[in-house]
Amino acid sequence: MNAQSHAHGAHDHTPSGWRRYVYSTNHKDIGTMYIVFGLIGGLAGGILSMLMRIELAEPGPGILGGDDQIFNVFVSAHGLIMVFFLVMPTFIGGFGNWMIPMMIGAPDMAFPRMNNISFWLLIPSAILLYASPFVGDGPGTGWTVYAPLSTSGHPGPAVDMVIFALHLAGASSILGAINFITTIFNMRAPGMTLHKMPLFVWALLITAFLLLLSLPVLAGAITMLLTDRNFGTAFFDAAKGGDPVLYQHLFWFFGHPEVYILILPAFGVISMVIPTFCHKPIFGYLGMVYAMIAIGVIGFVVWAHHMYTAGMPINARAYFVAATMVIAVPTGIKIFSWIATMWGGSIEFKVPMLWSIGLIFLFTVGGVTGVVLANAGIDYALHDTYYVVAHFHYVLSMGALFGIFAGFYYWIGKMCGRQYNEAFGQIHFWLTFIGVNITFFPQHFLGVAGMPRRIADYPDALAGWNLVSSLGSYLSGVAALWFLFVLWHTMTRGEKCADNPWGEGANSLEWTVPSPAPFHTFEHVPTIRSSAGGH
Amino acid sequence: MRIGRSVFSIIGAPALVMTAAGTAFAAQPLPWQTGFQPAVTPIAERVAAFNDLLVPLIVAVTIFVMILLGYVMVKFRRSANPNPSKTTHNALLEVVWTVIPIIILIVIAIPSFRLLYFIDKVPDDVGLTVKVVGHQWYWTYEYQDHKFSFDANLDEKAKPRLLETDNRVVLPVNTTVRLLLTADDVIHAWTVPAFGMKFDTVPGRLVETWVNVKKEGVYYGQCSELCGARHSKMPIAVEVVSKEKFTAWVADAKKKFATGPDTTPAIATAAVSE
Repeated sequence: MNAQSHAHGAHDHTPSGWRRYVYSTNHKDIGTMYIVFGLIGGLAGGILSMLMRIELAEPGPGILGGDDQIFNVFVSAHGLIMVFFLVMPTFIGGFGNWMIPMMIGAPDMAFPRMNNISFWLLIPSAILLYASPFVGDGPGTGWTVYAPLSTSGHPGPAVDMVIFALHLAGASSILGAINFITTIFNMRAPGMTLHKMPLFVWALLITAFLLLLSLPVLAGAITMLLTDRNFGTAFFDAAKGGDPVLYQHLFWFFGHPEVYILILPAFGVISMVIPTFCHKPIFGYLGMVYAMIAIGVIGFVVWAHHMYTAGMPINARAYFVAATMVIAVPTGIKIFSWIATMWGGSIEFKVPMLWSIGLIFLFTVGGVTGVVLANAGIDYALHDTYYVVAHFHYVLSMGALFGIFAGFYYWIGKMCGRQYNEAFGQIHFWLTFIGVNITFFPQHFLGVAGMPRRIADYPDALAGWNLVSSLGSYLSGVAALWFLFVLWHTMTRGEKCADNPWGEGANSLEWTVPSPAPFHTFEHVPTIRSSAGGH
Repeated sequence: MRIGRSVFSIIGAPALVMTAAGTAFAAQPLPWQTGFQPAVTPIAERVAAFNDLLVPLIVAVTIFVMILLGYVMVKFRRSANPNPSKTTHNALLEVVWTVIPIIILIVIAIPSFRLLYFIDKVPDDVGLTVKVVGHQWYWTYEYQDHKFSFDANLDEKAKPRLLETDNRVVLPVNTTVRLLLTADDVIHAWTVPAFGMKFDTVPGRLVETWVNVKKEGVYYGQCSELCGARHSKMPIAVEVVSKEKFTAWVADAKKKFATGPDTTPAIATAAVSE
């Protein structure tokens, strides 16, 4: 192997066999591996959520026989897998790798070999995380891994495995972020100025900065956990002069930007999909860009709204209330700009558009409950109840995941050369839409009634809404199986996809290359004629 | 009995069935409940009032977005509007949808800060101080004015299941009770939904808060911070009685818990959070 292979324009040096993937320096192959990795993560995390909802379908010991630790391990693994092994790899590693170079007219990523190691670091990370539940009592700490439950509360190697898994996944993401930033700043085709970049590229650029600035803090925090656990330090051990709340500050300094890392790429995807299917340029391009930048910047100064009940000084709590509510403004600008894009358009309700409209509506529902939770005074009542679970699943399960599906249906023809079946895709959308709403809307009721999060058994009076929620999740499970069928059907039976199956609304550069996109795109540097962003 | 604080009553929640008049008042989750538990402290009443401001606002915003979406989906569908406009800017519109949310947020923020500072300020007329210590997986209550303490474990056989403890915390009605919260192993969280409050009990920290329960009865809550293998099995049961009954209970409790556990953690007063 040599680094020049991607530079030869005249011949298509596609490696074959296992070398093509293990040694891969090609952004499309690496993107494909990320998407497969994300699919496996989504299935694993989804199975865990099914098991939790089966346990919670009725009060009593349930299928876990009253062993709360197993349930806690499910809770932890579900959260970690969905965040680190579904949403991040699919959006950033998958769609980002596939589309960013094509959208900016670059032949590949700036550092193809670093791109390779970014992906392959995830494999040992995944092995550690997927194996940790089977070691000792497993990591029953929640995805937040709060000390001291994760230090003195969990002897045995399971939590150490989670820490190492996060170290590796973090290193992978930092390298990926450096790659995206360098690529986007240096490898744009002539004429592709920053203010002409498609909004998906903007979203990934901002996401990459959030990753680069937040993940080192997580790495530091979990390293301190590691030394507290194994080497006798006491960063978070109150008995020796440490402070458990310090860990929470460090974790959420990463954790809050992390939720924007999960949702900004979804904003980017639907900002491509909506103009395509409205046959109309995006409304307020610059406003959309600066709203995302504002969300990214403010996202770094609101972290302690996750910690209102942890006993911070009152004026600090007041500050975090104010800062948190400010985020609603740029988020509102985005929602209204998408609707304004649709206004006056000529809307085709194809599958990617359905997921995008679903995202706009359900993200709004999750957004307004976020405004409620931003107020510390009422958060004292709602913190760590199912209201919070409902809130963040509305913005993630229905925000980020809807964005993933919008992107999948939008780009699958470009990626594999075969187009999905429109009716099958619409069935998938409606099953999921109905399923997730039945699952998560009743959880608002459970939360205000006082049901705590992360409990394996609950007072009998809460049985009703819990059963409804479980039934909804079974429907979502059926939707996930249906998606597997759609995937199989598309790959094997799908019709040949045209270079641009969507018509004149789809004007970003990936639609100018053949479907499936060839191993090497842009043998000649493309010229940017019209504005890609509609600005 | 006020049950009108139903969060989602606007969208047609089933009516709540409350304990029949005459039996002891108890606050706990009820089947198909959609709103807060009845508020029995000044804090909970203000939380409920603030919620009554928030819910109409967020429902209105959601319905507004839904109507807009529905309108554009019908009006500008391909068959109805085959020729799309090319509009990409409207400065006035963009200013409006920036300014109006800011106004809504200010409307929310003013009562929000008022509530936050109200909760934070312990009134001067404290009549009783109870220290609450979280353990895996039970609570210890120290009546510091009366020099006794006891543990409260889940009562496995009692109803309501998972909510009742072997020893209830007994508090006098209409009395400002200062709560000092801490823990001695991992973080727990002490909450009673009907009191409208919840605070983490953090090892090495002492959090001060207060309740003043206006109605006699039994109130239930559950540990609300993931604390390990029996997180769902360390409930909180508070019995609020008249001042006379409370005095009698203290006399009994002093004898009953004379040999009670001395569970004061050595580090518990290391830091006092405001």
